[in-house]
Amino acid sequence: MRDALGSVQTVLVLGGSSDIAVATVRSLAAERARTIVLAGRDPDRLAAPARAARDAGAETVETISFDADDTGSHARVIGEVFERHGDVDLVLVAFGVLGEQERSLEDPDAALGVLRTNFLGAASAVLVAAHRLRAQGHGTLVVLSSVAAERARRSNFIYGSSKSGIDAFAQGLADELAGDGVQVMVVRPGFVHTKMTEGLEPAPLATTPDKVAEAIVDGLRRGAHTVWAPPPLRYVMSVLRHLPRPLFRRLDL
Amino acid sequence: MSPPDSQATAAATRNGTGDARLLTGWGLTAPTRATVHRPRTADDVAAEVAARGGRGVIARGLGRAYGDAAQNAGGLVLDMRGVDAVREIDLDRGQVTVGAGLSLDRLISLMLPLGWFPDVVPGTRYVTVGGAIAADIHGKNHHLHGSIGEHVVSLELLTAAGERITAGPERNADVFAATLGGMGLTGVIAEATLRLSPIETSHVRVDTERAGDLDDVLARMQDGDDAYRYSVAWIDCLARGARLGRSVLMRGDHATVDELPAAERERPLVAPPPARLAAPPWVPDGLLRRSTVSAFNELYFRRAPREERGRLEPLHAFFFPLDAVDGWNRMYGSRGFLQYQFAVPFGQEGALRRALERLSGARVASFLAVLKRFGPHQRGLISFPLPGWTLALDIPVTAPGLPGLLDELDELVADASGRVYLAKDSRLRPDLLGRMYPRLDEWREVRARLDPEGVMRSDLSRRLALAPGAPVAA
Repeated sequence: MRDALGSVQTVLVLGGSSDIAVATVRSLAAERARTIVLAGRDPDRLAAPARAARDAGAETVETISFDADDTGSHARVIGEVFERHGDVDLVLVAFGVLGEQERSLEDPDAALGVLRTNFLGAASAVLVAAHRLRAQGHGTLVVLSSVAAERARRSNFIYGSSKSGIDAFAQGLADELAGDGVQVMVVRPGFVHTKMTEGLEPAPLATTPDKVAEAIVDGLRRGAHTVWAPPPLRYVMSVLRHLPRPLFRRLDL
Repeated sequence: MSPPDSQATAAATRNGTGDARLLTGWGLTAPTRATVHRPRTADDVAAEVAARGGRGVIARGLGRAYGDAAQNAGGLVLDMRGVDAVREIDLDRGQVTVGAGLSLDRLISLMLPLGWFPDVVPGTRYVTVGGAIAADIHGKNHHLHGSIGEHVVSLELLTAAGERITAGPERNADVFAATLGGMGLTGVIAEATLRLSPIETSHVRVDTERAGDLDDVLARMQDGDDAYRYSVAWIDCLARGARLGRSVLMRGDHATVDELPAAERERPLVAPPPARLAAPPWVPDGLLRRSTVSAFNELYFRRAPREERGRLEPLHAFFFPLDAVDGWNRMYGSRGFLQYQFAVPFGQEGALRRALERLSGARVASFLAVLKRFGPHQRGLISFPLPGWTLALDIPVTAPGLPGLLDELDELVADASGRVYLAKDSRLRPDLLGRMYPRLDEWREVRARLDPEGVMRSDLSRRLALAPGAPVAA
C-alpha cells in the first residue's frame, strides 16, 4: 500500500534497465519498497539493476522478460506479476527508444519503430496496468514522457511526437481514473545524462538520473500529476511552446 | 447541522457508479476505492460478510481513525452507522446494549439526561461504539480506569467463517482480547454491552496548572494524577531548550450538584450542543504554518492560568474541545495530515524527552500535542496502551523532512519498548510492528482461527502485513 507520505511497498518497472528507472528504484527501496519486479527485453541487462535494488533495501527482487513491442503479450506478462505478488502499488513505465532522426527520415520503418515502442507499446502497457490497479482499488502509474513532448522540434520530432502521444494518452487516462483510487503521474525530464543520450550534445539544464528520481519521489509525495525534471524546465518549455513559429524555427533546436 | 462525518468530507471524489467510493481516514491521506454497503441489522452484516468478494471486507464507523484502518481498496467496506439500535438500557446496573454503529454522541445525548456517562470517552464524541472497541480507545481517565475494553461487559462478533460469538472478559476471553484493539480484523463487532458511570451534573470541576518544562509536568502527573479521575496535559511542541515540554496540565472530576452555582442546580444535566462552527470548505494550504502555530501556542500557554482550582467546565468542552468545529481536519490543507501517537513505558522518560527534542528541533507545526499518563490495564493483545506515557501530535504531511523524522522516532520508540497507535497510524514501517506489539503472534493465532481465509482485511492490514499468510487477492 501507499502510505500517507507517498511511500510505496511493491513496484513494477517496465523498462527496468533504464538509468532513470534504476535511480528511481534505488530511492524507493531506500524507503518502504520491499518487493520490486524489473521487466525488460533483455533479462541479462537487469542483473545489475536488480543488485542495486537489493543493495538499497529491497527484499524480493524479480527480473522478468518483457517486450514492449509485443503488445499481445502485455496482459499476460503484467497480469502474472499481480498474481504472484498481490497488490502492486506503483507501476513505472520507463522503456523507450530515442531512434536516429536522420535515419528515420530516410527509413519510415525506423521511424515507425520509435513510434511503436514509445507510443503504442507504452499505451498498451499503461492500459493493462491501469486495468489491474483499478481492480485493486489503489495504485500509481508513473509514465516517463519527455520535454520533447511539449513542442515538436525539428531535430527530434519523431521521438518528440511519440512522447507527445503517450503524454497526452496518460494525461487523459489520469482524468478517466480520477475517483478510482488510481493516480497517473507524467514525468517530463529534459536532457538526462544516460546510456540513451551518450555521445549527444547536452541541452541547457541537462540533468542526471538521480535528479530525475528525486523529482519522481517528490512528485509521489505531493500526489503530483505532472513532474518536470529539473523543475525550472516547466517555465522554459512554457515559453518555447508559445514562441511564434518564425522565431521558433530560427532557434535551431 | 449534521454531525461531522468524514465519509462526507473524505470521499471528496465519488466516481458515480453504484456504491463504489473513494475513502480516506480522518487525516485525508492515501484515498483508495472500495464498494461501500450500509447494513441496518446484525443479520444484514452477516449476509454481507458471507457475500464478500475476493478482496475481503472491513467495518467502518465514523471514519475517525486517522489512517487507513477503515479502508479496503478494491474490496467491501461496511458502513456500520445504520446498525445503531439501542437494544437495552439497564439503569440499575448502569449498562447499555447497543448496535456497534451507534455513535458516542448519540449514546451521550441519550444517557446524560438520565445521569449516566460512558466510562471511557476519547477526544471526540463522533466515534462509533464498534470503532471505539476495535481501536480499544482510551480517554483522560486511563491512569485509573484503563481503556474502553475494561468497560465492555460483552460484545457480539460476526466472524468471516459465519459464526456469531458472544465474547467478554470471562466468556471467550481469547476472542475478546483479540478483538479489543484488533482493528476490526477478527470479525465485525455487531453489538456491545457497555458500562456507564453515574454522574450528577454535566459539568467537570477542573484544576489547571502550568508546568515550565518536561520534568516539571512529568513530576506533577506522577505525584498528582491519581487524585483526579481525569488528567491530560497540553504540551507546546515548538518550545525548545530550557522550556522544552512546557505544558498546561488540566485535571478534574465530574462536578456534583452542590458544586454548581445555585441557578444551575435545578437542571444539572444538560446534553452537549451540536457543532456550532464549520471549517470553511476550502482552506488555503499552508494556513497552519509554523509561525501561526507558534503564535497560537504562545498565546495558549500565556492565557492558561498559572494555577487555578475548581473551575466548572461543561463536559463537552472538557472532553471534546475540537468537536465544536465541524470538519476541522480540513484545516491542515488539501494534502492532509497525520497524527503521530506513541507510548513508552515508565522508566523510559529519556526516550520521551529525546522524541520531544527531535520533534521540537524539527519545528514541525502542531497545535494538538497531548501528553497523558497510562495506567496498568492491558487486556487487548494488540491494544495500544501500556503502563507509561503517551504523546500525540498532529502534523501536516507537507512538513519538510517528515518521513525521515518519523522513521527515526519509530526506532527510538521501539528501542524503548514502546509502540505507536494503530488507530492513528498511516505510515509505520511494517518490520517494527512485532517489536512494538510483543503479543502480535498470539493475536495472529486467534485471528487465524476466527478467519482462516483472511477475509477481514483493510488497507492498514495490507500495509503493515498485520495478518500475513492470508491468500493473495485474485
